[in-house]
Amino acid sequence: MMRFLLLFSRQGKLRLQKWFLPLPEREKKKIIRDMVAMVLARKPRTCNFLHWRDLKIVYKRYASLYFCCGLEEQDNELLALEVLHRYVELLDKYFGNVCELDIIFNFEKAYFILDEFLMGGEIQETSKLSISKSIEASDMLQETMEEYMSKPAF
Amino acid sequence: MLNMTVIYFISYLYLRTSLKLMFAFCLHSDEGLSKHPVSLETLYPSIKIKVYFALFISGKSKEAEIKRINKELANIRSKFKGDKALDGYSKKKYVCKLLFIFLLGHDIDFGHMEAVNLLSSNKYTEKQIGYLFISVLVNSNSDLIRLINNAIKNDLSSRNPTFMNLALHCIANVGSREMAEAFAAEVPRILVAGDTMDSVKQSAALCLLRLNRTSPDLIPMGEWTSRVVHLLNDQHLGVVTAATSLIITLAQKNPDDFKTSVSLAVARLSRIVTSASTDLQDYTYYFVAAPWLSVKLLRLLQCYPPPEDAAIRGRLTECLETILNKAQEPPKSKKVQHSNAKNAVLFEAISLIIHHDSEPTLLVRACNQLGQFLQHRETNLRYLALESMCMLASSEFSHEAVKTHIETVINALKTERDVSVRQRAVDLLYAMCDRSNAKQIVAEMLSYLETADYSIREEIVLKVAILAEKYAVDYTWYVDTILNLIRIAGDYVSEEVWYRVIQIVINRDDVQGYAAKTVFEALQAPACHENLVKVGGYILGEFGNLIAGDPRSSPLIQFNLLHSKFHLCSVPTRALLLSAYVKFINLFPEVKGTIQEVLRADSQLRNADVELQQRAVEYLRLSCIASTDILATVLEEMPPFPERESSILAKLKKKKGSGTVSDMEDSRKERSTNVNGSNDHIVTTSPSSDLLGLGHTQAAALNSASPPVTSNAASLLVDVFTESLPVVPPTSIIEENFSRFVCKNNGVLYENQLLQIGLKSEFRQNLGRMYVFYGNKTTTQFLNFSASLVCQDLNIHTTPADPVVDGGAQLQQVFNIECLLDFVEAPVLSVHFRYGGSMQNISIRLPITLNKFFQPTEMTSQEFFQRWKQLGAPQQEVQKIFKAKHSMDTEVTKAKIIGFGTALLDGVDPNPSNFVGAGVIHTKTIQVGCLLRLEPNTQAQASCSVKRTHIHAALYTLMTINCNIDYCSTDISKGKIKIFKCIFKSQHSQNK
Repeated sequence: MMRFLLLFSRQGKLRLQKWFLPLPEREKKKIIRDMVAMVLARKPRTCNFLHWRDLKIVYKRYASLYFCCGLEEQDNELLALEVLHRYVELLDKYFGNVCELDIIFNFEKAYFILDEFLMGGEIQETSKLSISKSIEASDMLQETMEEYMSKPAF
Repeated sequence: MLNMTVIYFISYLYLRTSLKLMFAFCLHSDEGLSKHPVSLETLYPSIKIKVYFALFISGKSKEAEIKRINKELANIRSKFKGDKALDGYSKKKYVCKLLFIFLLGHDIDFGHMEAVNLLSSNKYTEKQIGYLFISVLVNSNSDLIRLINNAIKNDLSSRNPTFMNLALHCIANVGSREMAEAFAAEVPRILVAGDTMDSVKQSAALCLLRLNRTSPDLIPMGEWTSRVVHLLNDQHLGVVTAATSLIITLAQKNPDDFKTSVSLAVARLSRIVTSASTDLQDYTYYFVAAPWLSVKLLRLLQCYPPPEDAAIRGRLTECLETILNKAQEPPKSKKVQHSNAKNAVLFEAISLIIHHDSEPTLLVRACNQLGQFLQHRETNLRYLALESMCMLASSEFSHEAVKTHIETVINALKTERDVSVRQRAVDLLYAMCDRSNAKQIVAEMLSYLETADYSIREEIVLKVAILAEKYAVDYTWYVDTILNLIRIAGDYVSEEVWYRVIQIVINRDDVQGYAAKTVFEALQAPACHENLVKVGGYILGEFGNLIAGDPRSSPLIQFNLLHSKFHLCSVPTRALLLSAYVKFINLFPEVKGTIQEVLRADSQLRNADVELQQRAVEYLRLSCIASTDILATVLEEMPPFPERESSILAKLKKKKGSGTVSDMEDSRKERSTNVNGSNDHIVTTSPSSDLLGLGHTQAAALNSASPPVTSNAASLLVDVFTESLPVVPPTSIIEENFSRFVCKNNGVLYENQLLQIGLKSEFRQNLGRMYVFYGNKTTTQFLNFSASLVCQDLNIHTTPADPVVDGGAQLQQVFNIECLLDFVEAPVLSVHFRYGGSMQNISIRLPITLNKFFQPTEMTSQEFFQRWKQLGAPQQEVQKIFKAKHSMDTEVTKAKIIGFGTALLDGVDPNPSNFVGAGVIHTKTIQVGCLLRLEPNTQAQASCSVKRTHIHAALYTLMTINCNIDYCSTDISKGKIKIFKCIFKSQHSQNK
């Protein structure tokens, strides 16, 4: 089971965090700090796996963003890499050439897509097609653009 | 506005273009991803909100960002508090902003209520944002859970799959106990219901898995379990994947209930493995058929032994062979995703083969496959191959096959650029080591140690030490290895390692002479590590005589060599050297004069360090007073150590097991206790520190380990030592269990490695009696035992304790207590005794607190409130508002209030959730009536506390202690705080 998934930039700014088991806030902050420090310190072309406490850490860099997840002892590291890749593909399909800014600005979408894909730290649906379909379906439920724009701004 | 927009566009475009290019490399056009340039307007309907966000991230400085955010938070707060009811859209907008601010790393402590309101909205986006806020920001013990649960319940029964999914996700994301309680029956029902949509089934399966992880006791096993197993046959591969995850977790706990899943899993796996890559449509990932499901199925099979049914077993073996065969086929795609997915399945299959550990041919094939990976150009594969091979090495069928790769692994150790890969190589070398290759492997590890990364040195040192001991045929090799280890990486050699070498040398006669010679030579080096000095001092002190025949290592030369290092060493090492010197006096009478001269020097006799000074004084005196016979007995060679598990192995296990902060602290603590008895602040003696009995005074060695001594020698010894018993400075008062006794009277108050202190007490009016039990946990006697209690406001009578406590025995002492006045400070019990050679002092706060003298008083509602109102004066009231740690359990709280000493008045307060108590505190001089009210409150309030009279102060402190245990918490960050209000009212009344 995946314990957490973090997205952070090369500057160490956290862009998305997902915890699959409840943890106290302090512990979360510590994990984030450790992960950012450890992963950013890795040299290029080293392997994508690390041991940290009793967890296996799998990370991969996509452009300026690091995707980093913590796995339990019996989980498969290579497949976790592909989980990260599939997530990037899903984001890419939704946003069309996704970039860090998409994730910053549409963080809620990034979370929704992740929820369609992973749940409780396990993979829920691997088919890109069905995930896209269910995301489209939920987008259809949104109000029309006109309605949205005509609302008073902040 | 124009300005803002311009800034936004500039920063936005800059970031966007720079990233886009790089992403193009990462993703592949053959997947049919759209590449057309995206116009801002189509993607972002609400530019205004984006500008708002952009301003945050383009902010120049941290201060500017914080300032802006505080302003924004104030604005949102005022909107939420405003008189005008917000419409759904605005609520959603502000909740979304709060989330954004939270995700920027700032704390959010409001808005939860608004988010919960959004849950019941009919608009999908509003509901979605509400759920997102709750998943991200609400942790499991919030007050709001009940409201959230209601909203979830509505959505689950809505029969709208999108809403149901949102609700199930929320349960999985929050996953608190209350939620598990509320939905433990509902989720399985949804999962196995015939008319549930596939996507909902998937969510339900994983949601159940999540609940099962945190609250397994709440999930009822029932007829749904058999139906879950049959989901493995489902048409929809997504459902099968999710169900397999669930079954894995359930099967780990109740393997018997899910046995039938094995045959289904094998059948399913076989169908996937043999399918053409296009059969599974969208579940084919880069030409690999359903890799996720395959891995899950292989993982599920690892919960069980090899199938007994020959047909199933044959089919499984076929599958595994097919997977191994596929690894040899040319890749269908050059993409790394293809090879990753394919190899993920392969590695999982190898794990299963290793788990079954029954098919020699498969094991050897697996090993050969991994051998190929050891030289693969992908670093990831080399890493994983090393890791998997560690497991293979422990199987008897494949151990030999693994050993054939030794050269490759050693080469990896030398040439890998990545430290984590090198670390795996060290692990594998350790795992594949046996008698035949131990010398080679240890030599390679030693030479690697010289250049190894600092982060893994300690682990390598431990491994080398263990291997050297485990596979030592001749112990000269062992001694050489350990000394090399100290020379190369002395700083990383922990106490355990050099303790162990000394244990082994002492237990083996054949190596002692060699060891003495080798350390003597090693000490010749101009700069040697302090650990070497320790080993050298100890070994020469014991066995220096074995090499004294050689004129090049005559006693005087040995002594001078050791003493030349003395001044460069730390206090514990110096203490050890002093012991070695006194042993020299016994071994070589001819150097007695020289050594006495050294001991007599001012730098020794008047050393600022108590331990060193004391040793110098004692040893000097011993050497002057005692006859040769007595010296020979006292300073006899150490007796052999009892065989036990290597302390190094224990340490390595511990190191592997964790790395959590508390563990590290433990080991640090342990290390500090091991420093040879010389740190006086330690009251306890850890089992490993007696290993060097020398470190303590000689009496300790005599008592525990030496063969019987003639009685007059022993009495003389006592004479020599009585004046100079080590004096342990007063220790701090121990209060760790104190608060537990505020509400109860019996239990274990204190425990360390030597002593356990238990309590039994009873109180009536202003009198009390306390039985204190001292249990000796060791096998040796405690001498000069005494325990005393001092307190001015209490009148305490006691029987003196017996001065000797035998090993394993228990001593009882009775204290009769009379309460004279109201008091704040609880009395302190001081326990002194002599264990081994040193005095042990322990001070413990005894839980005699003011509330013990409460007498409960029953009264009616009318009486209570009449008195309550009379006690209105500010000095008669103490009020304390504090936060709850646990969810408040009525029964527990009631028990606490009764345990506190007051009567619990049921049905007195018109508000049923309040707790009311009344009682009278009896002292010899006065009696004080007290009324107590505990009001659980869900609204956050500023905390206020009032302390006026003396007695109030005491009660206030006590109540705080009492409450601290149960409710107090500082976890405000998640905005879920439970507030209680507790009011004391009391009146002074004269003694009747």
